[in-house]
Amino acid sequence: MSDIQFWTFFFIILTFAIYIFIAWRSRVKETKEFYVASQGVPTIANGAAVAADWMSAASFIGMAGLIAFLGSDGSVYLMGWTGGYVLLALLLAPYLRKWGKFTVPEFVGDRYAESVRIVAAIAAIVVSFTYVVGQMSGGGIVFSRFLNLTVEWGVVLCAAVIFIYAVLGGMKGITYTQVAQYTVLIIAYLIPAFAVAYQTTGIPIPQISYGTILAELDALSLEFGLHAFTEAFAGRGSQLDVFLVTASLMLGTAGLPHVIIRFYTTKTVRGARYSAFWALLFIALLYLTAPAVGAFTKLNLLQGVQGASPDDLPDWVQTWGATGLVTVNENVDVIQTVSNNAASGADLIVNNDILVLASPEIGGLPAPIVGLMAAGGMAAAMSTAAGLLLVISSAASHDLYFRVMKKDGASERQQMLVGRIAMAVAIGAAIWAGINPPAFVAQVVAFAFGLAASTFFPILILGIFWKRANAAGATAGVLTGLVFSGSYMIYTLEVFGTSANDPIMGISPEGIGAIGAAVNFAVTIIVSLLTRPPSERVQEMVEEIRYPATRQERVPSGE
Amino acid sequence: MAEMAHENGPGGSPPGPAADTSWRQRYWKKNLRMVVVLLAIWFTVSFGFGILLIEPLNSIEILGFPLGLWFAQQGSIYTFVILILVYALWMDRIDDEFGVAERGGDGERL
Repeated sequence: MSDIQFWTFFFIILTFAIYIFIAWRSRVKETKEFYVASQGVPTIANGAAVAADWMSAASFIGMAGLIAFLGSDGSVYLMGWTGGYVLLALLLAPYLRKWGKFTVPEFVGDRYAESVRIVAAIAAIVVSFTYVVGQMSGGGIVFSRFLNLTVEWGVVLCAAVIFIYAVLGGMKGITYTQVAQYTVLIIAYLIPAFAVAYQTTGIPIPQISYGTILAELDALSLEFGLHAFTEAFAGRGSQLDVFLVTASLMLGTAGLPHVIIRFYTTKTVRGARYSAFWALLFIALLYLTAPAVGAFTKLNLLQGVQGASPDDLPDWVQTWGATGLVTVNENVDVIQTVSNNAASGADLIVNNDILVLASPEIGGLPAPIVGLMAAGGMAAAMSTAAGLLLVISSAASHDLYFRVMKKDGASERQQMLVGRIAMAVAIGAAIWAGINPPAFVAQVVAFAFGLAASTFFPILILGIFWKRANAAGATAGVLTGLVFSGSYMIYTLEVFGTSANDPIMGISPEGIGAIGAAVNFAVTIIVSLLTRPPSERVQEMVEEIRYPATRQERVPSGE
Repeated sequence: MAEMAHENGPGGSPPGPAADTSWRQRYWKKNLRMVVVLLAIWFTVSFGFGILLIEPLNSIEILGFPLGLWFAQQGSIYTFVILILVYALWMDRIDDEFGVAERGGDGERL
């Protein structure tokens, strides 16, 4: 067993033991505990849980690599996946918390109509499930590289641990496990980043010091046939596209059910506001570091292969070559071109996804740090998967089964049982899909945001801020948004066997969600105005969620 | 404190049904005005400085960062975090002013 393998085993077994211990301590008996952790989660803990839930395998493993090659335009992910929290905190979280129900479809059902609830529940399941599959295969990559397990066994092992703590502990177990997972993943992300920054620039604060290498990085990038890191709109093509993709990711973030649901678990409306602050602060720690990791790793990578022949490359090229994620053209004398695109025909082709996991090796850091990195990647994948599985379980049991198939009510025990069975089925399906990923999963995950932006976001906002919005409007808005964005994605992408067409006006399919949201807003407003206003009771409910508590006649005068 | 007393109702008269709806409107208006201000900053920093004006701003360089790139990859995120904190703190004040903060039986914040 190599040093790296030893440390990887060490950290993964240690962290898994911690997760299961926490889950055992917080096992639950009631549906309120199972779905919203009894609304008793302290604010900072909830913030950390949201952050772990949010930062998936894609954020941890993929993002810095993506930014390394996108350069300046990597900002679409950085701003898109953080800016949405401002919308969430200011426009949604406090009001949905005041509403005080278990799920997002439930809010939509109360506010508009039962039919909208069913559509929302199905959409929540589809969006969350495609997302889970991505996490499962992310976990599989970590296992196959570091532990020499097959991807299949990696996925099964990862799912088994999630199964134990999610089914046992529900939202409560998941939340406290996520706090631990956040701690693991942020330490695993920051330590190598600080080490690489110190090694390269002598300043151990990567967020500040990566500025000092940008000029050198630009020059090297051009030398190897890549565009300059600091050049705007070179990575994604056009300003319009960067604008729309950023907007779509922001609106989608604010509309994704597995994020919104986390603000139902706080004690108070005030707690929901501060949770959003802590969540974004914790997320920002990683997101501010990611572009620095991308820049440093790319610099080290390019310096390492500069003037080297294919036989004379650094060791990491060999070790990662075994996973098929790094390929070298053996027929050239000296590596002259580098790319992340397999179709580019460059001398050295490096997949985006390995940059973070390989960064300690590329930067020449010791084995324990590589092991920690693997544990961090697992924590990111598992925490997100668990949160998503809970959304699937609650949508399937709470919103569909007990509303549609078994309307005559059920005992607390029955509801818990169905919730747990739904989660077990979801995990089983996720294992199967993680082992046999459908070809278009990677794309669908990215487009989950576009669909969330063009379906959920507008009707949630209007539902809270405009009393006149009604069921007919919301139904029409959601369906038009879905059809509009969905058909543009199918038109521009190869999914379901269709051929890809050129995007219209250079708008990539990731950016269509922002336009879909605008269409949804317009349709919901117009149709609502043409039909009858919602009932007095609903309007009164909308009025009530504006005020955190009933007004006290005498204001406490701060003595 | 004078301001708080003022918000309790005009001239300290017992709040009747008419007074009741007027505080609700004032509370909501204050809330919305603040949200609009914060979202204007949110938009300016991210979409404004980080995307629409990135190229002109890139001609200014600080610590090696072209300024537009810095806003797009760092500055906007710092601003987002601060905006949410300001929102939460400011809402605490408005809630207190109108007496709608969540408090337990002993008047402590929950």
